[in-house]
Amino acid sequence: MRIQLDFLAVLSEWPLLLTGIGWTLLLTLAAVLVGTTLAVGCAWVRARGFGAALAPAWLRHLVAGYVELIRNTPFIVQLFFIFFGLPAAGVRLSAETASFIAMVINLGAYATEIIRAGLEATPKGQHEAAESLALDRRQIFLHVVLPPALRKVWPSLVSQIIIVMLGSSVCGQISTPELTYAADLIHSRNFRSFEAFIVVGLLYLALAIGVRHVLNWAGPRLLFGGR
Amino acid sequence: MVDFSLWDIVRNLLLALRWTVSLSLIAFVGGGLVGLLLLMLRLGKLPGMQTLVAAYVQVFQGIPLLVQLFLAYYGLGLFGINTSPWVAAGVGLTLYTSAFLTEIWRGCVAAIPRGQWEASQSLALNFIEQLRYIILPQAVRIAIPPTVGFLVQVIKGTALASVIGFMELTKVGKTIANATFSPFLVFSCVALMYFLLCYPVSLYAKSLERKMKVAR
Repeated sequence: MRIQLDFLAVLSEWPLLLTGIGWTLLLTLAAVLVGTTLAVGCAWVRARGFGAALAPAWLRHLVAGYVELIRNTPFIVQLFFIFFGLPAAGVRLSAETASFIAMVINLGAYATEIIRAGLEATPKGQHEAAESLALDRRQIFLHVVLPPALRKVWPSLVSQIIIVMLGSSVCGQISTPELTYAADLIHSRNFRSFEAFIVVGLLYLALAIGVRHVLNWAGPRLLFGGR
Repeated sequence: MVDFSLWDIVRNLLLALRWTVSLSLIAFVGGGLVGLLLLMLRLGKLPGMQTLVAAYVQVFQGIPLLVQLFLAYYGLGLFGINTSPWVAAGVGLTLYTSAFLTEIWRGCVAAIPRGQWEASQSLALNFIEQLRYIILPQAVRIAIPPTVGFLVQVIKGTALASVIGFMELTKVGKTIANATFSPFLVFSCVALMYFLLCYPVSLYAKSLERKMKVAR
């Protein structure tokens, strides 16, 4: 049996592919900004050992429950729950908003554990030194504890961000116009399903490598000043 | 219209859970075997193999699992193999799992001090014997906690097989949600079942990790 592959039929739909890439990157960027912020807050609540954070017990349990619940259920189920389940409870969301919320919640839970590990690795002396300089708890956390903690766990955080970006391919299932959705549209137009998914797969691969490089470069320079 | 009681929903979801568990086991065992083979190739001294395995890992870790499943689904068909969702999901998840397990285990082997390799070499053991008697017994001890932890990722990964029409927990959940018009309840139950399946495994992995630290 002869197999004929026609990649031109797929590539000629480049506007769809570009839109897909744009949405994938936009969703990822938004999820990273909001999700990491959420994670820093949750990590502050959960972390032990550097003295500053002593959140009330009920809050600790709440955050622990959130983290475990998200880490032990599939992303697609979380997405379906938000998009199909919540409207029944009176919350109606567009596909794009639902995808964004699902990604934020998902990244938030994983990043909480990553950042917490960084926070807990802060040497006690750092904290004591900051206290002896009469910094208050907020200042200590934001200026003394957090930056080195983020620097320490940045490689793990970048890996998790890539995983979430690749995971966003599921968002096409609720018709968010991201990259995998583009492949779906293309294959329904010209039946070149295998070629469409090969092209999209390679695009994801390029995105994963590119985003990893950009984050590895930008993180140390923009986030925690200098190297 | 047929009325679904809560018990009907739970019963059908529990029946579907069988297939989630079966698919997870197939992917985990299959991925483990392929992963072990890749690990051997990577550690062996055949020229070019290291790069090849590294590229394999990069490709499967850099492409979303969903796209891999689509590729398996449409690709196998292209080669004249009759693709049932079972075959496509099994093959797709096995390859995905093998890439991650190879990478995890490579790290565990790398954690064994070089002296162990050199000592076994000086005892005139050949490559297979070195692995079999010296390196792997030590590496396996380090490898067990992260491998058990990865099992959770595999279980969650099987949820994506629903997209290519595999009737597992997520797919059945979606079908029931459409039939009963109560997606909130149904997806809560689905999420709960995944949680009950994954959480014990997570806890077990964490306790293994803790024991490991104490043993050192």
